[in-house]
Amino acid sequence: MLMFIIRRLVQTVPVIIGVTFVVFFIMQLVPGDPAVLLAGEGASKDTIEAIREQLGLNRPLYVQYFDYLMNLANGDFGVSLKNSQPVLDEILVRLPITLELALFSILITIVLGMGAGIISAVKPYSMQDVGVMLVALIGISLPSFWFGLMLMYFFSVKLQILPVAGWDSLLHVILPALTLGAGGAAIVARMTRSSMLDVIRQDYIRTARAKGLRERLIIYKHALRNALIPVITVVGLQFGALLGGTVLVESIFAINGLGRMIVDAIRMRDLPMVQGGVLFASLIFVIVNLFVDVFYRFFNKRIELN
Amino acid sequence: MSLEVKTEQPIVVPQSIIQPKESRLRDFLSIMMVNKAAMVGAIIILFYIFIAIFAPILAPYDPYEIQLENKLMPPSFEHWMGTDDKGRDILSRILYGSRLSMGVGFAAVAFGAFFGIIFGLVAGYYGKWVDSIIMRIMDVMLAFPGILLALAIISALGPSLINVTIAVGAFSVPLFARIVRGSTLEVKRLEYIDAIRSLGANDFTIIFKHIFPNILSPIIVQGTLRLATAILSAAGLSFLGLGAQPPSPEWGTMLSNGRDFLFSAPYIALFPGMAISILVLGFNIFGDGLRDAFDPRMKK
Repeated sequence: MLMFIIRRLVQTVPVIIGVTFVVFFIMQLVPGDPAVLLAGEGASKDTIEAIREQLGLNRPLYVQYFDYLMNLANGDFGVSLKNSQPVLDEILVRLPITLELALFSILITIVLGMGAGIISAVKPYSMQDVGVMLVALIGISLPSFWFGLMLMYFFSVKLQILPVAGWDSLLHVILPALTLGAGGAAIVARMTRSSMLDVIRQDYIRTARAKGLRERLIIYKHALRNALIPVITVVGLQFGALLGGTVLVESIFAINGLGRMIVDAIRMRDLPMVQGGVLFASLIFVIVNLFVDVFYRFFNKRIELN
Repeated sequence: MSLEVKTEQPIVVPQSIIQPKESRLRDFLSIMMVNKAAMVGAIIILFYIFIAIFAPILAPYDPYEIQLENKLMPPSFEHWMGTDDKGRDILSRILYGSRLSMGVGFAAVAFGAFFGIIFGLVAGYYGKWVDSIIMRIMDVMLAFPGILLALAIISALGPSLINVTIAVGAFSVPLFARIVRGSTLEVKRLEYIDAIRSLGANDFTIIFKHIFPNILSPIIVQGTLRLATAILSAAGLSFLGLGAQPPSPEWGTMLSNGRDFLFSAPYIALFPGMAISILVLGFNIFGDGLRDAFDPRMKK
């Protein structure tokens, strides 16, 4: 197990370097000279040259990339072009909000998704199964930004029982978390159902039934445990989609998290901020994936046997 | 190159690969006919394609024409879906918008599929270090959560519908590459590939003439399901103001406009959202049906 964790950690390093590489080189696609952009319109040639010198833009690209990596290793994500503040400071202020939103959403994804999946799998091809799976299919197809607006209209405008926007209390969390978690819940529900159905057809479940165990015990103790193993991977992957989804949900509900920061930065052409935000979110995703893999390995003895 | 049949390991050959084309098509059609849900999906998609083609004939009004005296009118016989804050007919805008939203989705998936298929074929066929390098690059692309890679690309290229297409397409490349690589690995072990190679066919011919046509099924399934995601992502980016720009009747842009009138005129946001949801639902149902139809295990 320890060897697996070490091997997995070692495998993560090139991915992280690759992510920094992609982010760095995407920013090289920006049309025009960054020094000219930074200096603003009407700046003199000397000013532009000074900026180029100061930021090292006149050096070869690979040197710039190496410097960028070194800076990242020292926690230097660059400086915002708009307020000259370190990007990392802004990220660290926004991050807890986004993580909070992501955690509540993943909770909804897990509870709603697995619950619905189990309800479906217990009586396959029944009305309740068809109904739940239909709702799940619709859930996958709804655009989160529209679903969020409709929830806002219904609960905040019509019923007036939940706040429209902001991030001040637990009540503020409900609608954004539901908006963000619903799509993932639908995917997890489908996965749980098919995984449960696979397990329920196994011989050891038939044996458990033959022994005369109660159905409830068979489902929850014997089937569910094994059925949940592949679901864990899906939940891990959903976390990535969820982190990406915060961009939309935070914009809808005016939440000052990492996602909204990135969108605002794109609008204001604050490239170091975009770069830092995307990189940081990706690093979180890579680390979450690492945990999911280790978790999966820990629970799935079959892999070890193979 | 020897034509020896290796018998140490049993080669699992998916039925879909060794079946002749006609019978595969017949099987597929018969399963699709039975799979009512997939038929519903197909009908929805065809309906939208019909709308996109005939929008100029179907639309009762000019989608761009501003008529301030008609602004914010709720749904009525004159304006079935009401009018927006500039008095434009929402139904007409949605009908025209189908061209943009579907166009971006198709273009993005075509872009992603093109590069993904090439990378997947090359990685799967050549294996070894070529495979390692290509697939590690794909892993890196998959390390970006959700639409963040697309956001990074748009931040560099600037907001526009074309850049959204490129960004969403780039995001699909690794998904196609993975699937194509897996299928290529499976097919290249088959005897007929050895036979073709011994007849003197070069790698290009083997890859594109003999392997590619036999791995189309998973590509089509993935493509259909990716269309659903691509349409959602592109509309989402336009919703954020990073794609199509007003006064474009792109659905995400219309929804974004509707957000400002959620209190007074919720129907402005309601209908474009419904248009997206139903189309995406169609692709998802159809994709699910295709997967079942192409899956040999589903055949009894």
